Amino acid sequence: MAAPVQRRSQWGEALLLLLIGLFCVFPFYWMVTTSLKTQVVALESPPVWWFTPTLANYWEVLFVDKVGPALINSIIVAVCTTALAVGLGTPAAYALARFEFRGKQDLWFWFITNRFVSPVVLAFPVFLIARGTGLRDTHIALILMYLTFTLPIVIWICTDQFRSIPRELDEAAMLEGASQWRIFRSICLPLAMPGVAVSSILSFIFSWNELLFAYILAPKAAKTAPAMAVTFMEGYDVPYGKIMATSTLIVVPVLIFALLASKHLVRGLTMGAVK
Amino acid sequence: MTFRVPRRTIAAFLGPAVAALALVGIAPLLYAVWKSLHYFNLTKLAQQKFVGLDNYASVLTDLVFWQAMGRTALLFVIAVPIEVAFGLLIALVLHRPGLGFWKTATRLSLVLPMATTYAVVGLLAQVMLNQKYGVINQMLGWIGVDAINFIGDPTNAFIAVVIWDIWQWTPFVALVLLAGLSTVPPEIEEAAKLETKSNRIVLRHVQLPFLIPSLVAVLILRTADTLKLFDMPFTMTRGGPGSATEFIAVLIERVGNRQFDIGMAAAQSIIMLAITILLARVYIRLFYREVR
Repeated sequence: MAAPVQRRSQWGEALLLLLIGLFCVFPFYWMVTTSLKTQVVALESPPVWWFTPTLANYWEVLFVDKVGPALINSIIVAVCTTALAVGLGTPAAYALARFEFRGKQDLWFWFITNRFVSPVVLAFPVFLIARGTGLRDTHIALILMYLTFTLPIVIWICTDQFRSIPRELDEAAMLEGASQWRIFRSICLPLAMPGVAVSSILSFIFSWNELLFAYILAPKAAKTAPAMAVTFMEGYDVPYGKIMATSTLIVVPVLIFALLASKHLVRGLTMGAVK
Repeated sequence: MTFRVPRRTIAAFLGPAVAALALVGIAPLLYAVWKSLHYFNLTKLAQQKFVGLDNYASVLTDLVFWQAMGRTALLFVIAVPIEVAFGLLIALVLHRPGLGFWKTATRLSLVLPMATTYAVVGLLAQVMLNQKYGVINQMLGWIGVDAINFIGDPTNAFIAVVIWDIWQWTPFVALVLLAGLSTVPPEIEEAAKLETKSNRIVLRHVQLPFLIPSLVAVLILRTADTLKLFDMPFTMTRGGPGSATEFIAVLIERVGNRQFDIGMAAAQSIIMLAITILLARVYIRLFYREVR
């Protein structure tokens, strides 16, 4: 008697899971299929579900519409800011995890608060400063500004990670006469690699996705891919296939990274508030 | 046992990060405060002058600013309860034992929306919601609903932003709450389930107390992110039609970047920042009262 009821409720549950999955995934399905449509097919009304796919949109956006260089800009900016955040953030995280000093709580709090500051607050003053110093439309301006969110993430996640490494290791090395820097470099950092990897992936994702700083600070030469996608919307004849091809090119790398770090994505988005 | 660490060592470890964050986070903020005390328009640089708190007075009495704030609050008040309700439902389903493969697959699909580039979400919304060529109107047609002009009509455009906010952030809420559910000690949950058949009682009296930290985290982060919300409405509607989807960050971008009135935009953003900090403090106070 119990078995059929169990079975039926499992079917209902499976159906519900399927619906949830479809709800999440369908827009991506539509994005990819639209990117494979010619403009004529994309403008059929009602929309068609079966058609002969073409890669023409990808060819055109990559090599004619300069999405290719924009993607390269995005990669340069995201990789450099991530590397810089890890280089600056891991020693700071180590200090927060290991050393006792006055004002530690305040410093900690200040690092997190950056998560709450809207980029629109910083964008215009930085725009003026960048214009004055000749840094406008350079990768450097974006790399530096992205530290406002990548650095706190690295510090948050790596502090947690360093805390989980037993202090006895440090103490043993110290009795051997190793310096703090050497303990950090040769003992703790290698053991903290999982945290470093996760925070790097998250930094990369957030930098890759950023639009506002990119849109205001890098209008031409250093234009990143999301800012490029926005310009397609200007004008009357909206090229659906090309927009979706660009979107696909932007989204696929982050989705791969997100799936790789799926267990830690929530922790990163909540700044460690939820494990 | 802790070793005494010389001050110099601490400074060497922390200094670079603190200096970098001060350079990119605090210096521009101070510059914004300074600029907000000026009339400063990029197209009328000759008329630039110190005006004291005039910009703040204009912003505080500016209907457009408060309408944008109201709109942002309205989005939060409509979208977040729906996200929490659906998110809780999804989390409870995923938390039940069994159907391992299906649940892993669903959990992975939940990761996708929240990692999607926000600007791309706006573009996707445009393409899928188009009145004539959009797939969503086609689907509505299957169930006998006439095509809706989502992007062109003020109310519908606002609803469209709400729907896409829900699409992108319900999975996030679900995963945060799922993490919260897994903090309930299994023995307690098992014991409660032996005592009562009602899932609701288990949820209310056993699981909910463990969910409160997650719920507070959701509330704080959704508040901060709604105040920041720029990319998705910007790429979808540019704040329009009219000002129907001009949320606070979109308004500030328009004033600074399209009207070139940087002094005013700075004053607006400082006031927004003050509101953000105020809300964060209120939340933190509420949170600590709940926990301790």
